Parts: sequence; C-alpha cells; structure tokens
Amino acid sequence: MKRRRNCLSFLIRHVAQLFVFSGALLLLTLAPAQAEYGDVVLNKRAEKAGMRPVIFPHWFHRIRFKCNVCHSEIGFKMRAGANDIRMAGILNGKFCGACHNNQIAWGAENCHLCHSGLPGLKSGIRGGNATDGPGKW
Amino acid sequence: MKRCVAKQIFVLSMGLIIAQTTCGVEPASQASSFWLPLAQDELHDPTDPALNLLQNPAKALSILPRDGAGDQVNWVEAIEDNNIRPSVTLHSNTQVEILDLDVLFRNTDEMNMVNFPHKQHTEWLVCSNCHEGIFKSKGGTNKFGMFDILNGESCGRCHGAVAFPLTECNRCHSVPRTSTAAPATVN
Ligand code: HEC
Ligand code: HEC
Ligand code: HEC
Ligand code: HEC
Ligand code: HEC
Ligand code: HEC
Repeated sequence: MKRRRNCLSFLIRHVAQLFVFSGALLLLTLAPAQAEYGDVVLNKRAEKAGMRPVIFPHWFHRIRFKCNVCHSEIGFKMRAGANDIRMAGILNGKFCGACHNNQIAWGAENCHLCHSGLPGLKSGIRGGNATDGPGKW
Repeated sequence: MKRCVAKQIFVLSMGLIIAQTTCGVEPASQASSFWLPLAQDELHDPTDPALNLLQNPAKALSILPRDGAGDQVNWVEAIEDNNIRPSVTLHSNTQVEILDLDVLFRNTDEMNMVNFPHKQHTEWLVCSNCHEGIFKSKGGTNKFGMFDILNGESCGRCHGAVAFPLTECNRCHSVPRTSTAAPATVN
C-alpha cells in the first residue's frame, strides 16, 4: 500500500513537471511570432541620447555575408551586449561603419534606417530564446 | 540525490519532446503569417520615417528553402543549393577552409547521440569562431550538457539565437543509439 502511494505521488509530481516544462517550451517556440528570429536590439545609449533604439536584422545580413565577416574580420563578439558600439566609431569605419560607409552599403547619414526601433526596447537578441550568459547586460 | 537529478533531466527532456511534437504541428498554419511586416513586429517603430525603405522579411525569406522553425529558412540548403551566395570576406585574399569532419557526442542519456558536422558549420564560420574559445578542439576536453546548451552556452550560443533553435532536438540528436556507422571522431 505504501509503495503504491509513493508510485502515485511520483507520477503526479512528474506529470505536473512535464506540463510546466512543455508549457515553458511552447511559450518559447510561440514567442518568435513577434520580431524576426535573430533580430538584435542595440539600445545601450541610443535612446538616452535621443535616438530610437537600433534594430540589427541577422536574416538580412546573412543572405549577403557569412558569419565570420562580422564575427571574425570585423570582430563583433558573439554575445548580445558584449560589444561597446559607439556612433563615433561607426563614423570612423568601425563596427557597422566597416560596411555602412557609402561603399559596401549606404552610409551612416541614414540615421533612421538603423535607429528604427520602438522607444523603450531593451537591448538583446529577439525572436529566439536569448542567451543567458555572463555577457548579458 | 544523483538519481533525483537524473530523473529531473529525463523529465525535462520528455517535456521538451512533447513540447516539440505539439509545436511541430503548427508551422504549416503559422508559416504564411510567420513573417510579420516590420510595422507589426513589435520591434520597429511604425512612425519611423524610413521604415518604408526597409525590406519586409517575407519578401526575402519566402523564396528560400523552407524550414519549420526559427526564421522558417533552411540556411544549410540555401547555401548548398546556391540560393544565396554570402561573401566570405571584405578583403579579397581571405580563404574559406571547409572541413569535412564529424564529431559524435555520446553522453546523451536515452536520447539519440549527437553528430556535430564541421562541414555545414565551416560553410558559415571560420575555425576561430569556435576554437579555442567556445570549444577546445581537443576531443573530450569539453564538458557540457543539455542544460548548458539551453542556457545559451556551447552549441546554444548560436542555436536558439541565430541558427536553428533548440526545439529541433532531432537535428542534433540524429544518430540512433544502435547505430554502428561510426563517424571520424568520437567524444
Ligand atoms: C553584418 C554583421 C553580422 C553577420 C553577417 C552576422 N552577425 Fe551575428 N551579430 C552581429 C551583431 C552586430 C550582433 C550583436 C552584438 C551586440 O549586441 O553587441 C550579433 C550577435 C550575434 C550573437 C549573439 C546572440 C546572443 O544571444 O547573445 C550570435 C550567437 C551571433 N551573432 C551569431 C551569428 C551567426 C551564427 C551568424 C551567421 C549565420 C551571424 N551571427 C552573422 C553581426 C553579425
Ligand atoms: C549603420 C547603422 C547606424 C546608422 C546609419 C546610424 N547609427 Fe547611430 N548608432 C548605431 C548603433 C549600432 C549604435 C549603438 C546603439 C546603442 O547600443 O545604444 C548607435 C548609437 C547612436 C547614439 C548613441 C550615443 C553614441 O555616441 O553612441 C547616437 C546619439 C546616434 N547613434 C546617433 C545617430 C545619428 C544622428 C545618425 C545619423 C546621422 C546615426 N546615429 C546613424 C547605428 C547606426
Ligand atoms: C559586413 C558588412 C555590414 C556590416 C558590418 C553591417 N551591415 Fe548593415 N547592411 C549591409 C549591406 C550590404 C546592406 C544592404 C545595403 C543595400 O541594400 O544597399 C545592409 C543593410 C542594412 C539595413 C537595412 C536592411 C533593409 O531592410 O534594407 C540595416 C537596418 C542595417 N544594415 C543595419 C546594420 C547595423 C545596425 C549594423 C551594425 C550593428 C550593420 N548593419 C552592420 C552590410 C553590413
Ligand atoms: C561551430 C563551431 C566550430 C567550428 C566553426 C569549427 N569547429 Fe572544430 N570542433 C567543434 C566541436 C564542437 C568539436 C568537438 C569538441 C569535442 O570533442 O568536445 C570540434 C573538434 C575539432 C577537432 C578535434 C576532433 C577530434 O579529434 O576530437 C579538430 C581537429 C577541429 N575541431 C578542427 C577545426 C578546424 C580546423 C576548423 C576550421 C576549418 C574548425 N574545427 C571549425 C566546433 C567547431
Ligand atoms: C544544437 C544541438 C542540440 C539540440 C538542438 C538539442 N541537443 Fe540535447 N545535447 C546536445 C549535445 C551536444 C549534448 C551533450 C552530449 C555530450 O556531452 O556528450 C546533448 C545532451 C543531451 C542530453 C543528455 C543529458 C544532458 O543533460 O546532457 C539530453 C537528455 C538531451 N540532450 C535532450 C535534448 C532534447 C530533449 C532536445 C530538444 C528539446 C535537445 N536535446 C536538443 C545537442 C543538442
Ligand atoms: C558559432 C555558431 C554555432 C555553434 C557554436 C554551433 N552551431 Fe550548429 N550551426 C550553426 C549555423 C550557422 C548552422 C547553419 C544552419 C542554421 O543557421 O540554421 C548550423 C547548423 C547545424 C546543424 C545542421 C546541419 C545540417 O546538415 O542540416 C547541426 C546538426 C548543428 N548545427 C549542430 C550543432 C551542435 C551539435 C553544436 C554544438 C556541439 C553546434 N551546432 C554549435 C552555428 C553554430
């Protein structure tokens, strides 16, 4: 009799956990229906300085460049928030400015193409399950 | 204690599997509405004066090989079939090194074992994107499990962020426990 009860409580506990986990995962997979998978919001300073947050679309850029162009040649660290991107650097050909220089792509004077985000957005990667590591803000 | 942890992991994985199979039914109905116009994606500001100059994802992505997860594009096929030809460098003298080396991960409990294919990764990435930072190239020196991955470490750095998401268990856990076809390297 005691044994059976143990067994039952084991079952109940685990069935409950199962639901919690599947629920969490469902949310995770359904969330991407908003923002495009892999979009990065960059808003460390932009909004404080009176500009809209920056939206960087991975899908758009990976059609044109392999990952290593940005994450090795240009040197963006693969961790949302780990790069201290400044507008002055961009204008000097660093970060986005390595391409957005009116040669490889349109130049930095097109403020609103990059600064296109809704006010109040938090920095980080969107549309997927964002990483949760030490590089997070 | 140890058994308890093992049980937890097992339950977690069952939960994940169920979640995956329930979600697996959805992409078909979701696909058409999947790529929201920028003005509705809750990220872009509809009042941004340049929004109409930006490309909507559906325009570019709907013509690429279809997938059922992430951004609904099978990027491995897209690059293999030359649907897209992303540049490998901004400088003309950099070379890509495509490495055809499979690594088998066997510590996967009851799940299928994991095959890591260098080939499909080096189509997109160079060695230094992973070695020796995210992964040591010396087999057996990397200690990580599914929890680390779900936490955004090791494989989860890219999978779940930019590459296909972690709900696609079977794409990584692809080698049946009974399989005898041994890849080049075993972990
Ligand atoms: C045009 C440049 C560019 C290309 C190409 C590019 N990325 Fe990124 N990536 C970025 C930028 C910018 C960030 C954000 C960095 C930050 O927030 O500091 C980023 C962030 C990331 C992150 C961090 C996400 C997180 O959760 O913390 C990962 C992982 C990543 N990229 C993977 C990739 C992969 C894989 C590819 C190729 C399929 C790729 N990137 C192609 C520019 C690029
Ligand atoms: C190629 C994309 C791009 C363009 C074009 C661009 N910016 Fe930025 N800008 C960024 C990024 C990325 C950041 C860093 C965002 C952050 O983390 O806050 C930034 C940050 C800023 C900041 C915050 C303070 C600082 O010094 O970093 C200001 C102000 C700013 N931009 C103004 C402008 C103005 C004005 C223009 C047009 C003349 C412009 N930007 C065009 C990408 C761009
Ligand atoms: C490796 C080169 C490269 C880098 C680095 C790069 N871009 Fe781009 N980007 C491009 C190219 C090429 C285009 C397409 C230009 C065109 O259509 O003429 C583009 C287009 C864009 C667009 C417009 C997309 C659309 O819908 O038309 C945005 C927004 C953008 N980039 C933001 C950024 C931001 C923000 C950064 C830095 C975090 C960045 N880019 C870094 C090459 C780059
Ligand atoms: C996407 C990440 C990634 C990239 C890019 C990558 N590797 Fe690896 N590599 C791995 C992983 C994961 C392992 C397995 C590590 C382990 O066994 O724990 C590995 C293992 C290795 C091993 C050891 C295999 C063994 O005998 O155990 C060698 C050698 C190696 N990589 C070379 C390379 C070279 C050369 C390149 C560039 C052409 C490269 N790798 C690019 C992730 C990567
Ligand atoms: C990006 C590839 C990838 C995906 C996707 C993935 N796994 Fe894993 N999984 C791994 C690797 C790698 C290991 C570690 C193997 C090792 O250390 O030898 C692992 C280990 C495991 C283990 C062994 C126990 C542990 O904690 O390490 C379980 C159980 C597991 N995965 C379940 C799942 C389930 C369930 C899913 C789908 C929701 C999933 N995995 C999706 C790569 C993946
Ligand atoms: C540095 C980024 C990165 C890391 C780390 C990484 N991957 Fe990937 N992986 C990619 C990209 C990019 C693709 C191309 C497909 C995509 O973008 O969805 C890919 C594709 C794959 C594929 C699909 C191959 C095919 O033929 O369809 C498998 C399987 C895979 N990865 C397993 C793993 C496993 C297992 C690990 C950890 C040991 C891992 N990946 C770590 C970036 C990464």
